[in-house]
Amino acid sequence: MVSQQDDTFQSYKTLPVLWAVAKRDFSLAYRQRAELMQPLMFFLMVITLFPLAIGPAPQTLQLVSGAVIWVAAILSLLMGLERLFRDDYLDGSLEQLILSPTPLYLIVLVKVVSHWLVNMIPLLIMSPLLALFLNMTPSMYTTLIFTLLLGTPIISLVGAIGVALTVGLQRSGVLVALLLIPLFIPLLIFATSAIDSAAMNLPISFQLGIISVLLLVALAVSPMVIAYSLKVSQH
Amino acid sequence: MLVLDAVQLSCEKQDRILFQDIDLSIKTGELVLLKGENGAGKTSLLRILVGLSQPQNGNVRINQHDVQSDVNLASSQLVYVGHKLGLSALLNPIENLQFYCQSIGQEQVAQNDIIDILEQLGLHGHEDLSVKNLSAGQQRRVALAKLWLHKTANLWVLDEPFTALDVATVELLQTFIAEFLQRGGGVIMTSHQAVRIDHPIRVFELEYAW
Repeated sequence: MVSQQDDTFQSYKTLPVLWAVAKRDFSLAYRQRAELMQPLMFFLMVITLFPLAIGPAPQTLQLVSGAVIWVAAILSLLMGLERLFRDDYLDGSLEQLILSPTPLYLIVLVKVVSHWLVNMIPLLIMSPLLALFLNMTPSMYTTLIFTLLLGTPIISLVGAIGVALTVGLQRSGVLVALLLIPLFIPLLIFATSAIDSAAMNLPISFQLGIISVLLLVALAVSPMVIAYSLKVSQH
Repeated sequence: MLVLDAVQLSCEKQDRILFQDIDLSIKTGELVLLKGENGAGKTSLLRILVGLSQPQNGNVRINQHDVQSDVNLASSQLVYVGHKLGLSALLNPIENLQFYCQSIGQEQVAQNDIIDILEQLGLHGHEDLSVKNLSAGQQRRVALAKLWLHKTANLWVLDEPFTALDVATVELLQTFIAEFLQRGGGVIMTSHQAVRIDHPIRVFELEYAW
């Protein structure tokens, strides 16, 4: 029986819907394993090329290790971000998500978090090997992990805004990179500065504090901006 | 009782006015057939009606909720099947429809119910195939299964629902639309094919504007 229910929305449970979105994204990521591996392989290749280019001297490698890993992480995450809304836009799933009774900003937040988990966990698993490769000290490595854990969600959240704005454009990858890379300069400065400080046994709390603030601002603002950008892309 | 009320809608695309100052309402149990030649703005109008696109002027309310400012409330009793089917190519029909049910808050829909509906739609034996491996008609049938699954919907917005369907499925769908209308639902749809739904049809003509 069709009935008029003004309070239908209130009866929807938001958390199961968001969990369903996450499960679907994990399932899709698993079925696109080859595509998922590309940013990861890119990350590995870039880091492998540096010692070949600048020489194997341990001190030199240690000096540039933080910067190399961070630049590679930014570029590889941006590479993977292009996929975040593309398939949903092309197959119409995005339209259905916009018309879902759950607020779009919560759905996009879950999608960004899922994407971050799928892309970052393999990267974090590989990171001890890279630290060894670039002759990082234990304190530098610990700081690198802290900066990656706090900083890479910022790349995902801010990057998703650029991806959402350009989702309707063909071959938007380079445009997204051009739009976003300048925005990550402060993050790059503070993250590499923290690793440098750790190398010199100096406190790193200031840099981590700034990155945390950036993360909180991105968490608060990005989901709504992404949702708005996706709606605009439908017009 | 109005399920949809659109007032003074205008739409302009690439310096061409598609339509201007359109008023359109749909009552419970009413079927509106949107007609017009290619490019007249039928799809644009449907997208504006559900809140996916924004009109230059005017506003739309579904079940008393504004589709732009209250899109979540307005769409809670709406099923929209557009040109894009809203199905993930890598998932199978059951996974796609389970996700659809979860996304509209109908978690209680059992997998067997979905299988039964897919069987009614002639998709028996195709439940485990990825959508990308189905034909265009079969994919559309999976998308149309949403009409069967959304239990609380009172408005269907269908953009060319019969495209790529075989004769038997078109008949099945037309019968199901008639049943929905008899239950008090409202339907607005476009179709370039002859519509033989056993229910009074109000034709709304959109003229191609230069």
